Amino acid sequence: MSRKDPTEPAAAEIDASPLLAARDVSLERAGRVILDHVSVQVRPAEVTVVIGPNGAGKTSLLRVLLGLWKPGQGRVQRRRGLRIGYMPQRLQIEPVLPLSVRRFLTLRQRAPEAVLREGLERVGVPHLLHKPVQSLSGGEMQRVLLARALLNRPNLLVLDEPAQGVDIVGQGEVFKLIDDIRHETGCGVLMVSHDLHLVMAGADAVICLNQHVCCTGRPEEVSRHPEYQRLFPETDMQGIGVYRHDHDHVHDVAGDVHEHHAGCGHARRPGPGSDSR
Amino acid sequence: MMGGLLDDFLMRALLAGLMVAAVAGPLGAFVVWRRMAYFGDTVSHSALLGVALGVLLGLNLNLMVTLVCVAIAILLVLLQRRQELASDTLLGILAHSALSLGIVAVTFIEGLRVDLMAYLFGDILAVGTGDLLSIAIGGGVALLLLVMLWRPLLALTVHEELAQVEGVPVLLVRLGLMLLIALVIAAAMQVVGVLLITALMIIPAASARRFAATPEQMAILAGIIGMLAVGAGLWGSFQYDTPTGPTIVVAAMLGFILVHLLPGRLIPHFGGR
Repeated sequence: MSRKDPTEPAAAEIDASPLLAARDVSLERAGRVILDHVSVQVRPAEVTVVIGPNGAGKTSLLRVLLGLWKPGQGRVQRRRGLRIGYMPQRLQIEPVLPLSVRRFLTLRQRAPEAVLREGLERVGVPHLLHKPVQSLSGGEMQRVLLARALLNRPNLLVLDEPAQGVDIVGQGEVFKLIDDIRHETGCGVLMVSHDLHLVMAGADAVICLNQHVCCTGRPEEVSRHPEYQRLFPETDMQGIGVYRHDHDHVHDVAGDVHEHHAGCGHARRPGPGSDSR
Repeated sequence: MMGGLLDDFLMRALLAGLMVAAVAGPLGAFVVWRRMAYFGDTVSHSALLGVALGVLLGLNLNLMVTLVCVAIAILLVLLQRRQELASDTLLGILAHSALSLGIVAVTFIEGLRVDLMAYLFGDILAVGTGDLLSIAIGGGVALLLLVMLWRPLLALTVHEELAQVEGVPVLLVRLGLMLLIALVIAAAMQVVGVLLITALMIIPAASARRFAATPEQMAILAGIIGMLAVGAGLWGSFQYDTPTGPTIVVAAMLGFILVHLLPGRLIPHFGGR
């Protein structure tokens, strides 16, 4: 696996217009307001994270942005030629359906075995190719879903709670993997999560949603915003370990850092609460 | 020569049964995967209503049964969307109302002396050459449709939203599945009757699961197992003078039990699980 300069693909594709944008979108379901005049945008080569309490409409917003649901009002704009790699929240496959990982990966598009193996290798699970999908653990499933989302070389990766059903250690690995992939490919990332600590850390832009957009901005800004602090009172500013990820090292398949340059500022500045909650 | 062969009522019955099983099995795999067994039951119970309407309007019965089944299936999907009643309640209401309505309607039609038992439990021994042709056409169209829809249908079954994001025309594929189920019900009605059609779909598929490593294997095996059940059922019914439709289902059931009594190590599996 060759590693590219992380800044290169992003720089090559300087088209600052958003990949995906919702303009003044409102949505009602069964008489209940779910989204209230929401405007958001997802810019290329950035990690945009939607956070919010339960029932804030995060997944609904994702569905509208993906075109699965029609908004009651407002519109969604996609950049021309947008290829979305979508990773759903969770995938439960009936045990009665005999399905190997290989077959699962090629449900929509056929691909040579080498490509599939390479894709699984990238997410650290090449040995799963011929396993039945029902035998995978939560973490393995998330990795396979990620590999599948990456198969058609997306320029936008959309992830709905990517660390759902993964233990704490695994969660960190999943987010690190996503971060690495984004730097390698230069794709934009749109992610919904309720896990503030892990997710805010790697984000470029945070959208705090509670039916309406409470606040948006860089993670540091959002975490200082009074609306955010009202929604998440237990997370004071110091609770968030903002870390900037400099790519001066290589991760092995298990996500461990291999090669560490002397003096490299693997600039992880964990806040006091980042590992304890 | 072929004509001579078809003169034999047993031969016609066997042929009709094999054709129906060959398509009911693979479709049954989807019914099992998508947890649609009760749905299939409800739709097939409404087939009798199609018979009554067909007689009343003087139209082709198979066509009318197909149309009514599609209509009921679409109605079901629309009602399920409203989510005011739990899905199984809704299915129960519709299944039993449609069946009762069908029976009432059939007995109401004057001058029509129908053998109700034949519709409820099938009358495969009465299959004529014309019936054979319509089963062949209906089954053939269904099989073709199934092959065409296979990949998108499978994608939809695994994860509907993922499929939709990846460009599967979800609504169209679902409608296709409804049409498929309706076609198979119309074809199978004469073989096992409206009450037992679902059995012919799900029992072979459930038996096939133990031997299958891929969805395709399971579908094809389900067809083969269904055909074996038809053969065994016909033979049993002839041997013991029992009603043919239920005997076919009993044969399928015995096969299912047998398959599950086999020790696991005799069954090839994949991935070393």
